[in-house]
Amino acid sequence: MFYREAGDFKTSYSKDNQTFPIKIDRVGYYLVLLVAFLVVPFMLNDYWVNAIFLPFLIYSIAAIGLNILVGYCGQVSLGTGGFMAVGAYACYKLMTTFPDINIFFHVIIAGGITGLVCVVFGLPSLRIKGFYLAVATLAAQFFLVWLFNRVPWFYNYSASGQINAPERTVFGIEVTGANTEAWATYLFCLVFVVASAWIARNLTRGMTGRKWMAIRDMDIAAEIIGVNPLKAKISAFAVSGFFVGISGALFFAVYLGAVEVGEAFGITKSFLVLFMIIIGGLGSIFGSFAGAAFLVLLPVVLKVVGVDMLGWPTDMVAHLQLVIVGGLIILFLILEPHGLAQLWRVTKQKLRLWPFPH
Amino acid sequence: MSTQESYVTEDGRTIGPTVMEMKNITLRFGGVKAITDISFDIREGEIRAIIGPNGAGKSSMLNVISGFYVPQEGEVWYKGKKRPPMKPYQVAEQGIARTFQNIALFEGMTVLDNVMTGRIRQMNAGLLSQAIWKGKAEKEEIANREAVEKIIDFLEIQAIRKTPVGRLPYGLKKRVELARALAAEPSILLLDEPMAGMNVEEKEDMSRFILDMNDEFGTTIALIEHDMGVVMDLSDRVVVMDYGKKIGDGTPDEVRSNQAVIDAYLGVAHD
Repeated sequence: MFYREAGDFKTSYSKDNQTFPIKIDRVGYYLVLLVAFLVVPFMLNDYWVNAIFLPFLIYSIAAIGLNILVGYCGQVSLGTGGFMAVGAYACYKLMTTFPDINIFFHVIIAGGITGLVCVVFGLPSLRIKGFYLAVATLAAQFFLVWLFNRVPWFYNYSASGQINAPERTVFGIEVTGANTEAWATYLFCLVFVVASAWIARNLTRGMTGRKWMAIRDMDIAAEIIGVNPLKAKISAFAVSGFFVGISGALFFAVYLGAVEVGEAFGITKSFLVLFMIIIGGLGSIFGSFAGAAFLVLLPVVLKVVGVDMLGWPTDMVAHLQLVIVGGLIILFLILEPHGLAQLWRVTKQKLRLWPFPH
Repeated sequence: MSTQESYVTEDGRTIGPTVMEMKNITLRFGGVKAITDISFDIREGEIRAIIGPNGAGKSSMLNVISGFYVPQEGEVWYKGKKRPPMKPYQVAEQGIARTFQNIALFEGMTVLDNVMTGRIRQMNAGLLSQAIWKGKAEKEEIANREAVEKIIDFLEIQAIRKTPVGRLPYGLKKRVELARALAAEPSILLLDEPMAGMNVEEKEDMSRFILDMNDEFGTTIALIEHDMGVVMDLSDRVVVMDYGKKIGDGTPDEVRSNQAVIDAYLGVAHD
């Protein structure tokens, strides 16, 4: 009724190949972009940005990165926190070493460095699969956090062992440091999110994505067809690391401003991002956003409902959140392994006929 | 007749010179000899069948050709050159495509994506071009989509092109797998029991596709099949294996009247 593809014919392969082949989807997508770039920045305050928008945007990038590795290429990784830390520390070293270069490039280069590190820790994936690979990436997580804690060069020998983001500007407007405006940080992150999602989508709908999915679905058949497993897996680790690194850099430089590695990029971060893509939907860009939004909003909603409205104690609400997330993971794994993205697809299917049953 | 000369078959197809030759292949798994000293050739444009009772080593032979197994002894000659030991993906790059006895499709991908994966040899745009979906990547995608659509047309699977493969019934999956192999425009197409588990109509369809493929695209086909009627009707030449040894080689008629072959299939009286 509200949602239909009838009458939406394609006359060329490039039109058939586009990301949103259905007109109503395409219009919706441009509307969302328009609102995100032109409306939201004027309505923001510090609370909204720090509690919801920045974490949502930054975790979305991390979720897209991890989804490429886990959801598209089928290589399980528990090292996301560690790789985000690489992005953060790379960005910090670049910001302090080359203060004249725009932070925009620092973030991108930090992503590139993380991609390389990710490739190194991805090399075992050529030999081991599944649980064993997960354990190998877990080693990466602990090793990287340990490294950034123990080698003072990474935090410029500061007494506290923390790294602090110096003030940097883009087009004369501060995006890092203490005196930033809410809308500036929001827009800075939004640009990265849109670019990441666009690149990820392009890669996954093309030959690279098909190679990744072939490796995920049946690696032996993939090899028989001519997919070089080494190149496919390594490229997935590299691209995944690139996005995760960017998110780590933004998380440190724009969102937190000051980072203590064990606290900000510990194993809980790895699990959080993994939960995001499981709940959101493995192998779906939209799912990465949905999962990130869900897990960022859940604590906020719980706090508003539990603490502010019902007057429960704060610690109880915090514990309740863990219980709910845990329960949801189990429910999703059993009932809908493809996550919120699949629920959305099913909803669209139903909407085609609604309000009629057939 | 020398094996290097072309000749024309009764039904008017031209069979070219030898494109692949197996020379004295022996494959062992520990103490078990799966293939013992087998030699045969595949000629351009022909349909070559490998038959034999269960456990004769037919699939192992196919796996040797496609690079899964490296034989302990013997040589594989391809297009006039001796082939060094290779990984399966390198064999695929040389233009040898295959299907599997148990379907090996990518279940999470659509039919279209599965068949497009077959075009891997023809698509080599860089990562950067693909990331921004401009230039070579975009052109390549559209050009190859056209080629793939031709094959989808040919195999009559237009209606399911956007369906995830996991949802398809067995017979269609077999056809999609054939489409994926054919999309590679292979010099040799290896079919491992293309008709296993099919009913008569599906077998007829599949036979028609195999013949048409050979006829229209001139694809060289090597196939393993258990249905003798199909094999005898389709193939130009047949290799018969039993217990890892070659017991017959020739046209279907020659093989049919070969005493060793009859013994292998029907059994011999023991004293």
